[in-house]
Amino acid sequence: MATEAAAIPERPMPPVTQVGMASLALIVAGGIYLAAHLPQSVPLTPAIVLLVLSALLLAGNLIALSRVRGFAWDRFFQVGRWALLAYTITAGLIEYAFLRNGLSGGPLIVVTLSLVVYALHVPMLIAFTVARYA
Amino acid sequence: MATTAEPPPAAVPPAGPPAGAPTIPDFEIVPRLGLIPVAIVFAALVVAIAVNELWPLTFFHVAFGAAWTIIDLFLGFVLGPILGKLSVPARIEMTTRLMPKMVLIMPTVVTATLAAGWQLGHFLGTVDSGYYNHGWIVASYIVVGCMAIIALGLLEPANIAVLFELKKPQPNPAVIERLMKRFIYTAGILGALQIATLVIMTKIASG
Repeated sequence: MATEAAAIPERPMPPVTQVGMASLALIVAGGIYLAAHLPQSVPLTPAIVLLVLSALLLAGNLIALSRVRGFAWDRFFQVGRWALLAYTITAGLIEYAFLRNGLSGGPLIVVTLSLVVYALHVPMLIAFTVARYA
Repeated sequence: MATTAEPPPAAVPPAGPPAGAPTIPDFEIVPRLGLIPVAIVFAALVVAIAVNELWPLTFFHVAFGAAWTIIDLFLGFVLGPILGKLSVPARIEMTTRLMPKMVLIMPTVVTATLAAGWQLGHFLGTVDSGYYNHGWIVASYIVVGCMAIIALGLLEPANIAVLFELKKPQPNPAVIERLMKRFIYTAGILGALQIATLVIMTKIASG
């Protein structure tokens, strides 16, 4: 490693990490709302609103990133596909725990879609952090 | 007469790091051999959830939860500050040996703790809203949620990115410095949140 001070290659980047964390916070909030009321049935609207907002942030993040010129997409996809595999497995295990407990209907759909957002957004954050310095 | 030395021919620059640069040991970003114990843990976790008995669920939740708490506390308050003060070669040596292991250990420990904990909560009835300590259970959801957001959004990406930077023929010290700072600070925050987890879990366990 070169010991002399080197500048960080700064390119204008959209706030992918901040938006990603906000998206994760929304699905976590939705999950806590649902889990806190079990086994009672509660209105799903707050959890659905949080999930939709989270998914919109994910879509916004992808769109913003796709507009960055000269982004290291090769490295992004190289890291992203393995991270996607890893986080799909962990999401699958969490989903399995919910299914094992007989979660069904609307709450199951909300939880499953939340896990989909989680399994997409976390690999994206990892791949972005690696690729921005590539 | 050949008493005067001829100037040497222009040297071909050697491949690899410049002279005086610290050597970076060879390492795997994701240690392949480590995937075997991870697969075993996940398979055992699925079995524990499927059989739905108290002992295996308690074992997974307590053993892996303790590992998660201790690793976060140790990394945040002991190893992190030490790592920040090491010389550059020592820090590289430490990073290339520690971080690839963390890539496998932390997601495994966290997934096992949470999945077994959720199943255990169902088994014992502690996740039901009628449970007398329900407020403490919800507090644990909030603490775990905060930890998950920080770990997944900041710590894990920094962990992997620093390893990719160290794999380059000419790693940028400024990038490594920035990513390591991010890793150490977030590990400290997670350590502080783990103290809250200890308070909550001991309260729930003691009724």
